[in-house]
Amino acid sequence: MGIFRDLLRDGKFRVGFIIICLILILALLSFVSPYDPTRWNVAPRDLPPSLQHILGTNSQGQDVFWQLTFAIRNSLTIAIIAAFFSRIIAIIMGLVAGYRGGRLDRFLMGINDSFLVLPLLPILILISSLIKGRLSFVGLGLILSVFGWSWDARVIRSQILSLRERDFTYTALLSGTSTIQLVFKEYFPFVIPIVFSTLINNMSWAIGMEITLAILGLTNLEIPTLGTVLQWAISYQAMLLGLWWWLLTPVVTSVLLFVSLYLLSVSISEYLDPRTRIQRIRVIKE
Amino acid sequence: MLKRYLIPRLIQYLLVIFVGVTIVFFVPRLTPVDPVQQMINTITRMGTYLDPKAVEKMTETLKELYGLKGNLFEQYLAFWGRLLKGDFGPSLFRFPIPVIKLIGDSLPWTLGLLTISTFLSWFIGNILGGIVGFYYDKRWARVMESIAMVIRPIPYYIFALITLIVFSYLLKWFPLGGGMPVGVVPSFSIKFIFELFRYAFLPLISMMVLGIAVTLQTMRLIVSNIVKEDFVTYARAGGVKKKIIAFKYVIRNAMLPQVTNLALSMGQIFSGALITEIVFSYPGMGTLLYNAIATGDFNLIMGIATISIFGISTFILLIDLLYPLFDPRVRYR
Repeated sequence: MGIFRDLLRDGKFRVGFIIICLILILALLSFVSPYDPTRWNVAPRDLPPSLQHILGTNSQGQDVFWQLTFAIRNSLTIAIIAAFFSRIIAIIMGLVAGYRGGRLDRFLMGINDSFLVLPLLPILILISSLIKGRLSFVGLGLILSVFGWSWDARVIRSQILSLRERDFTYTALLSGTSTIQLVFKEYFPFVIPIVFSTLINNMSWAIGMEITLAILGLTNLEIPTLGTVLQWAISYQAMLLGLWWWLLTPVVTSVLLFVSLYLLSVSISEYLDPRTRIQRIRVIKE
Repeated sequence: MLKRYLIPRLIQYLLVIFVGVTIVFFVPRLTPVDPVQQMINTITRMGTYLDPKAVEKMTETLKELYGLKGNLFEQYLAFWGRLLKGDFGPSLFRFPIPVIKLIGDSLPWTLGLLTISTFLSWFIGNILGGIVGFYYDKRWARVMESIAMVIRPIPYYIFALITLIVFSYLLKWFPLGGGMPVGVVPSFSIKFIFELFRYAFLPLISMMVLGIAVTLQTMRLIVSNIVKEDFVTYARAGGVKKKIIAFKYVIRNAMLPQVTNLALSMGQIFSGALITEIVFSYPGMGTLLYNAIATGDFNLIMGIATISIFGISTFILLIDLLYPLFDPRVRYR
C-alpha cells in the first residue's frame, strides 16, 4: 500500500489511474447489460444520444453504450492474454540468455533482435488472413503473445546480466544454492517490477494490434472489441451518414485507454528508476 | 576494426532475414487452412467456370508454387530458391500480373512516404527533444513534453483516422484519399508536384506527428542524463554559452543512441506506414496489402511480407554501416 500511496503523489499516475478505473467500471458494466452483444436489431436504428440510449444506437440496431462495455471487456481480455504469455516467453529468454551468457546468449539475442526489428504487421496479417474469421479472441491473444516479447526479453536480460556480477550471486553459489533456487529466490524480486512495467506497455501494444487487424477484417467480427466496433462503424460509412456518436465512441475510448495505460507505465518505470527516485525524494523534502 | 564492426552486423542482417523468411515459410504449414484449396475457392467465387481437369492441373501448379512438393526440407530449399529469384507467382486480384511487378509499382509511393516522414520526424523530434531536455525547468518545455506524452501512445490507425476526419471531412482542406488527382498524367510541372504534395500531406503529417512525439520523448530522457555529466557542468562553469552547450555538446552526443533507436524501431514505423496508407488510400504497399486481404490474394500477401522483411533489414543494415560516420569512437577504434 505504501508503494501505491507513493505512486499516487505523481500527477501522471493519478490521471492514468482515474481514467483506467472509469474504463474498468465500463468493462464491468457489460455483465449487467440488458442486451446480447452478438444480436442485431434489439433497439431502434441510428438514434442520436438520448437519455434512453446514452450514446445512441447504430445502424445494426444495437445500443452503442452497451456494445462499448463488451468491446472494452473483450479488448482488455485479449490484451491480458497476450501480455501474460509474452511475459512468460520474455522472462525465460531473458533469464536464460542473461544467466548463461556466452555463445548461447549471443545466439538467443540474435533471434531476439530479429523479432525486434522484423516488420510484424505484414507477418501478423499473413497469419490471420489464413485463419480469417475462425480466430477466437483467445487465439488472437496467443498469436500476439508469440510476437510481442522481444523488447522486454532484452530489458530482463540486461537486468540479469548486472545481477549476475553482484556479490550476493557468488555468496549464494558458494554456499550451495542451486541455480533454479538462485534465480527464483534471489533474482525474481528484481525482475518482477520490470515485468510489471513492461506488461502495461505490452497490453497497450496488443490492443493497438487488435484494432489494426480488426479494421482489416482479419478478426472475428461478431465478437465486439474496440477494433470490431470501429470496423463496423467505418464499413457502414458512419461518418458520411452523420452518425458521429457511433464512430467517435470507439475512437475516443481507445485514445483514453492508450493514454491512461501509457501514463501508468511511465509513472511506474520512473518510480522504479533509482535516479528519478532520488529526485523525487528531494522534491518532497523541499 | 572494420572486421570487428562489420561482421557481427552482417551476421545479424542475415539472421533477421533467415528468421523472417522461416516464419513466412512455416506459418501456412502450421495453420489448419490449406492455402491451395483457399486459392481455388477464391477463383471459383469470382465466377469463373473451371472444369475438373483444369482444377487438378491448377492444384498441381499451385502446390508447386507454394512449394508443397517433396518433404519439408526440400520445400524449404525450393522456397528460398524462388525468393532469391524474386518469383512470388502471379497475383490473383489482378490475374496474370506477377506479384513482384505489383509490388514494384507501389514501392516508390511507400518509400517516399516512409523515408521523408522518418527522417524529418527523426530530426525535428531530436532537436525538440534536446531543447526540452536541456531546458527541463522551463514551463514551455513541460507543456511540450505533456503534449508528446498524450500523442505518443495513440496507434497509427487511430491517429490517421482522426487526422482524416478533422482535415478532410470536417474542414475539407485536403482530399479524402489517393495519391494524385484522377486522370492527371505524371509530369515534372510545378502544378503536378504541388498536387502530389497536397495528396501526400495528411499521411505525411499524421506519421510525422507520431514519430516526433516518440523521438522527442526518448531524446529528452537521454539529454536529461547527459546534462548531469561532468563535462557539461565544466562547460557551464567555464562560461560557455548555453546555446553552444545545448547544440554542440549535449544534443550532438545524445543523437548517437538515437541512430540505433531509429534502426530498432524501423519495423514498427514501417507497419505504421502501411496502416496510414490504408486510411488515406495512398497508392503504396499498404493499400496493395489491403486489396490483397480483401480479395484473399495469398500470393500477394506473402510477397509483401517477404519484401518488407528484406527491405527493412537492408535499411537497418545501411543505418548500421553509416553509424561510424557519426560516431568517431567507432571510426577510430
